[in-house]
Amino acid sequence: MSDAVVSLRGVRKVFGAGSDATNALEKIDLEIPKGAFVSLIGPSGCGKSTLLRLIGDLTQPTAGTIEVNGKSAHRARLDRDYGVVFQSPVLFDWRTVERNVELPLEMSPIGKAARVERARAMLALVELTGFERRYPWQLSGGMQQRVAIARALSFEPAILLMDEPFGALDEMTRERLNIELLRIWQQTGTTIVFVTHSIPEAVFLSTRVVVMSARPGRILDVIGVDLSQPRNDLTREDERYFGFITRVREKLRGRDVGRPSAVEVAAS
Amino acid sequence: MSRAARSVASFLVVIGLVATIWEVVKLLGGEATEGWTPPFQWRIANDLNMPHIWDIAASFAEPAQRNGPPLGLVLADAAVFTLREAFGGFVFGAILGLALAIVFVHSLLLERALVPYVVASQTVPIIAIAPVVVIWLQAGWLSVAVISAYLTFFPVTIAGIRGLRSADPRALELMRSYAASPFDVLRKVRLPAAAPYLFAALKVAATASVVGAIIGELPSGIRDGLGGAILNFNQYYVSGPPKLWAAIIVAAVVGFGFFTVVRVAEALLLRGRMRTSET
Repeated sequence: MSDAVVSLRGVRKVFGAGSDATNALEKIDLEIPKGAFVSLIGPSGCGKSTLLRLIGDLTQPTAGTIEVNGKSAHRARLDRDYGVVFQSPVLFDWRTVERNVELPLEMSPIGKAARVERARAMLALVELTGFERRYPWQLSGGMQQRVAIARALSFEPAILLMDEPFGALDEMTRERLNIELLRIWQQTGTTIVFVTHSIPEAVFLSTRVVVMSARPGRILDVIGVDLSQPRNDLTREDERYFGFITRVREKLRGRDVGRPSAVEVAAS
Repeated sequence: MSRAARSVASFLVVIGLVATIWEVVKLLGGEATEGWTPPFQWRIANDLNMPHIWDIAASFAEPAQRNGPPLGLVLADAAVFTLREAFGGFVFGAILGLALAIVFVHSLLLERALVPYVVASQTVPIIAIAPVVVIWLQAGWLSVAVISAYLTFFPVTIAGIRGLRSADPRALELMRSYAASPFDVLRKVRLPAAAPYLFAALKVAATASVVGAIIGELPSGIRDGLGGAILNFNQYYVSGPPKLWAAIIVAAVVGFGFFTVVRVAEALLLRGRMRTSET
């Protein structure tokens, strides 16, 4: 067994049945190594969010197997291996920032004092110290999304699943949060699966970019991005950075029609 | 002026307006007094059918029966008695209503099967149900509370179903990713999301519970509450018209008071989520 945290084999997902059936995903084979930062990118409707939800056991595959940490995705969810962040922060209006971060911990056996301490540490990690007692609606969109990240990380999940988490934010905030997310990723060592439709964002963040095709969603290629770590604002001016962006873009445009649509990905 | 002061002020203005219209009607079509002969003679506006506001006010201080305590005291006792029954009905109704809503939200089958009967239950007049409840449970505060609950559970069930379903689907998905138990989902997501809906229903239930208690007293033969007082003063209306009006006013005040208590509880409990009013 390799060091893959997530491994999908022959995964297929069909929505609906009969003549209304839509092939959302087909022939998905993918391995995600421990500690990787993997982005899923593709045109809208390519099933990248569905793929993320399959990994997180929020929906079930029609065929194929999904293994997470050597067990089924279902088992992994029950073991609380996943932290999830959506495009909108989905914070609870009636809870303070601190109590929002505590939410997942309330369902684990740790005590109140440890919970508060943990929430404070997480808020410090996302640089929101001093906002513990505020309510979500008193924060900006970027700050709300940072609270959502703190909440997802509070119980130290093995895998962080992020579905276009910065899609609704302005460019400036998005770039700042990208750098913060990389810092958090390096500090925690969490494996991250990140859905985006921004090519620069995918390249900047990832160690691997999974390029997908539209309906039925297939994996066109997996591009390893070996830009040096830690990445920062200078990375965005690096020539190799632009080189990777061009590669991903060309792959998305379908320059290599005729090659096998699903590429076996060895964890090289 | 604060929000509370403003609503009290507008409330008083409306009361003053109603009293003024009442007396103007009497001035136009009521009974002749020294130095004033009304231009019309309306049967509805005579002193028997529409006693003067000041006569109604004065009746609170006069004995309800010969040599008895003043009417105000009698009605206050009756109000406390009825309020206790109403509170019982309110609590039974709220618990039953919420329990049904929780069951229906978790079971589509039970919802489909039972909600039509819940709705149908409200088309049966409470006057028809009340005697049956009294026969089953015997006359007493409990049967009155059950009759009152018959009116109060319905709005809570309907609003509860709506409110529990109003939880953000992504929040439910988030809870799923935490492998949360159904009880945690109910406690931490569905109930808080339903709270504003439930309070809207509880305000309706608060006033309905007083109506239910007053009506419930009638077939129970209970004489100590407002229902008994209204029945009594209605029977002897001719001997003291203001007394019935005084009882009606007290009944309204009791219902309104109960409503206000729920409103204040709502403001206290939902403090902090006043998102729209503060941003």
